[in-house]
Amino acid sequence: MIDVDPSLVNWSRAMFAFTAMYHWIFVPLTLGLSFLCAFYETIYLKTGNEQWKTITKFWMTLFGINFAIGVATGIILEFEFGTNWSNYSWMVGDIFGAPLAIEGIFAFFMEASFFAVMFFGWNRVSKGFHCFSTWMVAVGSNLSAVWILVANGWMQNPVGMAFNPEKARFEMESFAEVVFNPIAVSKFTHTSSSGFVMASAFVLTVSCWYLLKRRHIEMAKKSIVVACVFGFVASCFVGFTGDEAAYEVAQKQPMKLAAMEGLYKGERGAGLVAMGIVNDVKSPGDVQDPFFFEVKIPQLLSLLANREFGSFVPGIDDLVWGNEEENIMGVNTMMEKGRYALTDLAAFKEAKKAGNEQAAEAALARFNENQEYMGYGYLDTPEEAVPPVFIVFNSFHLMAVLGSLFPVIFGAFLFFTVKGQITEKRWLLPIGLSTALLGLFAQQAGWVTAEVGRQPWAIQGLMPVKIATTNLSTTAVQVTFAMFAVVFTLLLVAEIFIMLKQISIGPEGH
Amino acid sequence: MIEAPAKIFSFYRDGFRNMTVGKTLWKIIFIKLLVMFAVLKLFFFPNYLKQNFDTDAQRGAHVLEQITRHVN
Repeated sequence: MIDVDPSLVNWSRAMFAFTAMYHWIFVPLTLGLSFLCAFYETIYLKTGNEQWKTITKFWMTLFGINFAIGVATGIILEFEFGTNWSNYSWMVGDIFGAPLAIEGIFAFFMEASFFAVMFFGWNRVSKGFHCFSTWMVAVGSNLSAVWILVANGWMQNPVGMAFNPEKARFEMESFAEVVFNPIAVSKFTHTSSSGFVMASAFVLTVSCWYLLKRRHIEMAKKSIVVACVFGFVASCFVGFTGDEAAYEVAQKQPMKLAAMEGLYKGERGAGLVAMGIVNDVKSPGDVQDPFFFEVKIPQLLSLLANREFGSFVPGIDDLVWGNEEENIMGVNTMMEKGRYALTDLAAFKEAKKAGNEQAAEAALARFNENQEYMGYGYLDTPEEAVPPVFIVFNSFHLMAVLGSLFPVIFGAFLFFTVKGQITEKRWLLPIGLSTALLGLFAQQAGWVTAEVGRQPWAIQGLMPVKIATTNLSTTAVQVTFAMFAVVFTLLLVAEIFIMLKQISIGPEGH
Repeated sequence: MIEAPAKIFSFYRDGFRNMTVGKTLWKIIFIKLLVMFAVLKLFFFPNYLKQNFDTDAQRGAHVLEQITRHVN
């Protein structure tokens, strides 16, 4: 048994999850709303119609409020790396250093220059340059997200590096491989486009509120048209990027895909579960049915996972115990290799301490044979490699269902607004009013799928979360968790209050 | 040449002066950063390795110890 206090790991994990989920309330709105502001301002620039300027300034104010409250919430994650995840933080420092530094410098220059022009520059710079600055803020915010997602993508699929056992660090060997990691690329396209959907949903919600209140009707209708075009295109694109992301997961993290689909026994021509109630007491290898009820689309999972009907999609049992027929090595075998790797790493360390270079070299050569399985050596049982299927399955399906609703919602609103009937279709407005909340649920569910689905790994296959944690007292983590919860709940209340007040004032009060 | 910095200065000065909602937002940002860096970071989130070890070699050795301490 690995002697790590599970309550310490879980509290550290809970705090990080809570911080990340809080941070992710603001980020998607920033990513998408910046582009919507750019669209509104471009229309103003092209038409010269002052109403578009009013619209631009109104959404820009809400963008500013969201940005101000959200800014620096991600810094807490960085604090947590140093305090709660020091082993992990040290080991990945060389990989994450460059992307995060680029992100920081980029964000600073963007915010100090174009962001200032966007808010202070009305009537001080030319209309063209102001509009250009708004576009630069939009592009810059989204490029800024690239680097964080590159770091996240690397954790899911560690490439372009080598482990240095002397320094206990993963060292970057190819910056290009890290940046163009297929998981990072699909993560960026999927995440940024889902941010566009979220922001469009937000604009739709606020505009529907005005329509229901019969206030600022022209502004609301104009806002809806642009947001729904953007939202419709983005939500269709999210479908494509989601497909690409799932394909990459199937290739690089098959256990996550099996959990997303509740697939225990792998099969050729596997069907995709369209809906189902997953059996939450089922364990790998037992004889229970994985579902109480399910509706499957035949063959579709094989097609999505491997781009081929009839191809084999491994289930949880195949991955845990292996499947010789399909040439899949089981976690049980990988655990054995991982233990050899760790034993040789420990022998290397001892030989180095004793100054015995010959023994160190021999231990290193043996370690290199099995180092790719290093993380599996920390697992106590093969079943530990299985993420919580109930959570992953449900969050994935919630995201997918909500994701498929958005094109319909945006399409319907666009249709009736262009036809000039939106104010008459009052039954539709409450649906529009709830869209932002649906978007928020979809966003959070997506990240739950991605992050809970890769458990128990902090770095896929190389480092489980329980080894990444700092050896602190659980009480210390509980105290910081409570502090964080209080401070950030207050900030969230402040944001909602200011945002609602500004919406209530309307476009006159920017 | 001297005009450019003065223009930039007045651009930012006037921008900050004429803010409406922005003033409240800056107050929130300031309080947030103060709480984050002067309270949370200082008292609750120390950098464990920086605080407890002086050199990178010591930090590396400590982490290596941590990740191999489970080996029987």
